[in-house]
Amino acid sequence: MTASHRPPKGTTVARYVVDVMPKREILDPQGKAVLGALPRLGFEGVSDVRQGKRFEIEVDGDADEARLDDVRRMAETLLANPVIEDFTVTAEEADA
Amino acid sequence: MKIGVVTFPGSLDDVDAVRAVRLAGGEALSLWHGDPDLHGVDAVILPGGFSYGDYLRCGAISRFAPVMTEVIAAAERGLPVLGICNGFQILCESHLLPGALIRNDHRTFVCRDQRLRIENNRTPWTSSYAVNAEVTIVLKNGEGGFIADGPTLERLEGEGRVVARYLEVNPNGSLHDIAGISNERGNVVGLMPHPEHAVEGLTGAGTDGLAFFTGLAALGAVAPSAVAQA
Repeated sequence: MTASHRPPKGTTVARYVVDVMPKREILDPQGKAVLGALPRLGFEGVSDVRQGKRFEIEVDGDADEARLDDVRRMAETLLANPVIEDFTVTAEEADA
Repeated sequence: MKIGVVTFPGSLDDVDAVRAVRLAGGEALSLWHGDPDLHGVDAVILPGGFSYGDYLRCGAISRFAPVMTEVIAAAERGLPVLGICNGFQILCESHLLPGALIRNDHRTFVCRDQRLRIENNRTPWTSSYAVNAEVTIVLKNGEGGFIADGPTLERLEGEGRVVARYLEVNPNGSLHDIAGISNERGNVVGLMPHPEHAVEGLTGAGTDGLAFFTGLAALGAVAPSAVAQA
C-alpha cells in the first residue's frame, strides 16, 4: 500500500466509484480510434465505442450520504470537467 | 510593464515566452507554480507545454497550483492574462474562459505554420494588430479542438470575443475554426497557436507573433489604464 494515509486497524473503509464519460454530443476521438480498431481485429457488429475514466476512491468510515456528497464534490471540482463530461458516483463497501 | 511568465512542472515554452516579451521591449519575470505571489507583475502569460504531464485532463491539475489562485483573482480584477496552448487549456479549466479543448478530431499531433485572422484587436494582447490582420503563426498541439455549447458559441461570436480564427485549414476540429477567444472584459485571452515561436526571422515562419507581446510593452508601466479600458 502506497497511499499517503493509512487508516487505523479495524477502521472501516468505503470505496466510492466515480465514472466519468464524455458527454454524448462531444466528439470522442479515443472511442473512435477503438471503434476503428475492433473490426480490424475481427470483431463484427460493433456500432459505437465511447471511452471514459473510472476512479476508485477509498475514504475512512462507512459509506453515507455526507461522504457521498464529498465524493460528488471531488468529481465536479477535479475529476470531471462538467463542460465536456458527465459523471456518476456510487458507493461500494471495501475491505478494511 | 512587467510581464510574468509562469513555469509549471512540464511547461515547455516558458523560456520562449520570456524571450518574446524581451524582444518586444517588455520586462519579463519568471513566476513559479508553487509560489502564490505575482510579485507585482502587470500581466501574466501561462505558457505552452504539458504541465503535470497532462494527467487527468490538460490543465486540470495546474488550475489548482498555488500561483493560479492569485492569477484567477487578479484576472477577475482586470489583470491582462494570456494563455498559450496549454495555458489556454488551463484558462478553460479555471473557468476564466468558457468552453474546453479536446483531443484533435484527427487524433494526431499537429505541428504546422498556421494562417490566422486576428479578428479582435481590442484586447491588451492584440492591440498591435490591425483588425482582421492575416498572419502566420506556428501551431503545435494534440488537444487543441475548441468546443463549447451552442449558446456559448453564439455569445462568443455575437460579442466579438473570437480573437483569432484559423484560415485555410482547420487543424484540430475546433468549432467555428476558433483559434483564440477572450473573456467578456477582454483582459483574458486564450490562444492555441504559439506567437512566442514566431518572433525572430532566424527560426520559424516569420515574426508575425511578436505583436502579441508589443502591445503591452508599448503601454510602458501603465497597466491600470489597460485595466480601465477593459
